[in-house]
Amino acid sequence: MPEREKAAHLLRRATFGPTMREVDAAEQRGFEATLQMLVRPSSPDNLSYPRLEPDPYAALTRQSTREERQAAQKTRREQVQQITGWWLDRMVTAERQLAEKLVFFWHGHWATSVQKVNSAHLMLAQQQIFRSRAHGPFGDFVKAMLRDSALILWLDGQRNTRKAPNENLARELMELFTLGIGNYTEADVKEAARALTGWTIDRTTGVASLEPNKFDDGQKMILGRTAKFDVDSLADHLVSQAAAPKFVASRLWFRFGSAEPIPSSVLESMSAAGDVASMMTAMLRSEEFGRAQGQLVKQPVEWLVGAVRQLGISGDRSAFYKGLTALDQVPFRPPSVAGWPSGNAWLTTFSAQTRLRVAEALAAKAVTVPSDTDEAARVLCVDAWTDRTRKLLEGVKDPRRRLALALASPEYAVH
Amino acid sequence: MDALTRRKFLIRSGVVGAGALAAGATALSLSDVLKTAGDKPSGAKTLVVVTLYGGNDGLNTVIPFADKAYHSARPELAYDEPEVLKLDATTGLNPALKNLHELFGTRRLAVIRGIGYPKPDRSHFKSMDIWHTAEPERPGPTGWLGRWLDAVGGDPRMAVSFEKVLPPLLAGASSAGAVVGTGEIKLPRGVTRETLAALGTSVSGESPFQARAAACFADLARVDELMTTVSEAADDSPSPDDEAQATGTGGGAGLDAQLSLVAQCIEARVATRVFSVSLGGFDTHADEKQPHQGLLGILDKALGAFLKRVQGKDVVVLVYSEFGRRVKANASDGTDHGTASSLFLLGDGVTGGLHGEPPNLSDLDNGDLKYTTDFRDVYTTVLERVLAADAARILGPWKGRLAGVL
Repeated sequence: MPEREKAAHLLRRATFGPTMREVDAAEQRGFEATLQMLVRPSSPDNLSYPRLEPDPYAALTRQSTREERQAAQKTRREQVQQITGWWLDRMVTAERQLAEKLVFFWHGHWATSVQKVNSAHLMLAQQQIFRSRAHGPFGDFVKAMLRDSALILWLDGQRNTRKAPNENLARELMELFTLGIGNYTEADVKEAARALTGWTIDRTTGVASLEPNKFDDGQKMILGRTAKFDVDSLADHLVSQAAAPKFVASRLWFRFGSAEPIPSSVLESMSAAGDVASMMTAMLRSEEFGRAQGQLVKQPVEWLVGAVRQLGISGDRSAFYKGLTALDQVPFRPPSVAGWPSGNAWLTTFSAQTRLRVAEALAAKAVTVPSDTDEAARVLCVDAWTDRTRKLLEGVKDPRRRLALALASPEYAVH
Repeated sequence: MDALTRRKFLIRSGVVGAGALAAGATALSLSDVLKTAGDKPSGAKTLVVVTLYGGNDGLNTVIPFADKAYHSARPELAYDEPEVLKLDATTGLNPALKNLHELFGTRRLAVIRGIGYPKPDRSHFKSMDIWHTAEPERPGPTGWLGRWLDAVGGDPRMAVSFEKVLPPLLAGASSAGAVVGTGEIKLPRGVTRETLAALGTSVSGESPFQARAAACFADLARVDELMTTVSEAADDSPSPDDEAQATGTGGGAGLDAQLSLVAQCIEARVATRVFSVSLGGFDTHADEKQPHQGLLGILDKALGAFLKRVQGKDVVVLVYSEFGRRVKANASDGTDHGTASSLFLLGDGVTGGLHGEPPNLSDLDNGDLKYTTDFRDVYTTVLERVLAADAARILGPWKGRLAGVL
């Protein structure tokens, strides 16, 4: 495969959509150096979180009027919009593209929705854990997540007490976050729920803490071991299972590699790799990854953010971000605890017409407007148009209209 | 109850991506279905399957109000005798189910108690796969009504869902039911049907996903004109943020709208024999008494109106959920994922009344109800009595049948 196509494939998957210049640079630098730069970036992070006003709910009391409550709810909605716009802007502009994409991956993995959590502050606090802890040992990451107020609220962890355990968090912890279905029993779920009892959230500060009298400190038998498990020893016990690194590897492959099942050699090398950076290196370097072009459907966020990057759209991008609602993928609002769908789920007649509409709006504001069909392929980082699309694009005279159709094309829908 | 569409639930389901569904369901417009008006053979019955996503709490739907064990297991959640709509001396319906109670009174509602399957799975996704495929041991790539469709020739208009994505139960091995779009198509100005057709041209050598992306445009071109006729009807309409209660497993409002489209088709005597509709939002784990009652109210209102409309038209409705909830409440005045539950069959030809043995609340399996009737008994009976099909071709050598219900 030509060096340029190799680099383009790598960048399409490991970034939110590479610009023509980024592909040029990667081609010059070579595959291995580009991979290293993505996985272990030396560029500065330039991260600054948005300044949020205090959570308006903290100021409410029993005496607060209906109007005050409505005003607080309105402020909360605005804060959610604020952090959503902030995050999408980061996806567009972040130097460390793979790191940013991994934050989005972990968000989909721990799939917590602001719809139930109802606080921009708590959603942002959860994201800080993705940014600070996901690089280190998986056990430490899981421990931090099990103390995360947003996750606890999302899965009713604050309702889980010694007297009457609530299994929601324990079940999803094993099924969706650490082990995967089939690697634990119903009895394990019930026992693990006991280990997670006693956590409460302070309504005013949003801080999670353990209330010892609500915690079940007795013996629990989980996955063949009996101990007085608590949140930390449970996390350690789960991540020490052989299934845990395999599960994480397969989830990474599913989002970055291919919709096809993870090949056993890749599974082996990723599970043995250790931290996430090493797992990603093992995946992206594998031959199987190199052969996986076109095996993923772009998620709407990838499609839209990529287009914004490639077309050089700057300034207030909030109008484009609204397109994500129609495309059914709004950050901070995953549809269920299982995260976002993939593959064909994004390819419906409904999504096709929505992409046509959003593509037209994007093309209208594009700073980089390709002058012909070949340049459109380079700008959008499409390896090649099929004859079908080439014929259609070449028949369109208006460059912005041509660009809109290129954005909506089947070739640009996958990567 | 929440803004989530059932579609997202299905996508998580392991069934999706296999069998005929991988190729994508046939997208049709309501007009395509209505074109078959009058094609229904005389005497042929229609099956309407109502799926409740999220695990409906069976014990607070069909309530054993006279059982002390019921009250002591869930004191805050339990309904007392004066509240329930009585079915007999010990059993009553949730107060929200007024229409169903009336249907029970006229013997058009059969309540089948203790429905479940061996080695119950408490994952929403896995258990729903099991119900969709009717294969508890190992859910395969096809749904039970999809296999029925295969057996009767595979015309997608025979099995219809009014949703964005086909439910796995309608996916067969060689054919799949139709998704009937109900939303209006809005194209940018200047994008003509010719443009859509051009984008939808298939070319050889494309990756399957890319080919599928192209096929969407071909579908879009085909239904462009027709779809505009049915705007608004059965859209999944999101509700305001503050109503969210469930941890997002399933959802989607508009059961009444879906059923009203079904009624429209049935009145026109279309060729469709199976309709699939759904209501989500049942995955409540906390403070669930009121929200649960609200959901049952939505179900009741929609079913009541629907059954009035199609009475005497040989329609049988099957209502189920992937599992019931734990007998004992959790600390949050909610319930966790459970096992056996009740199932409803309603409509013409149904022998109303209480059927099946109710599970014993004092003889639990690890805190959960033991099932007394396998759900496959219901499927085989429905296949034979409603669809006049050879159940063995669809469910294999399954012997169980429901006695005296249909």
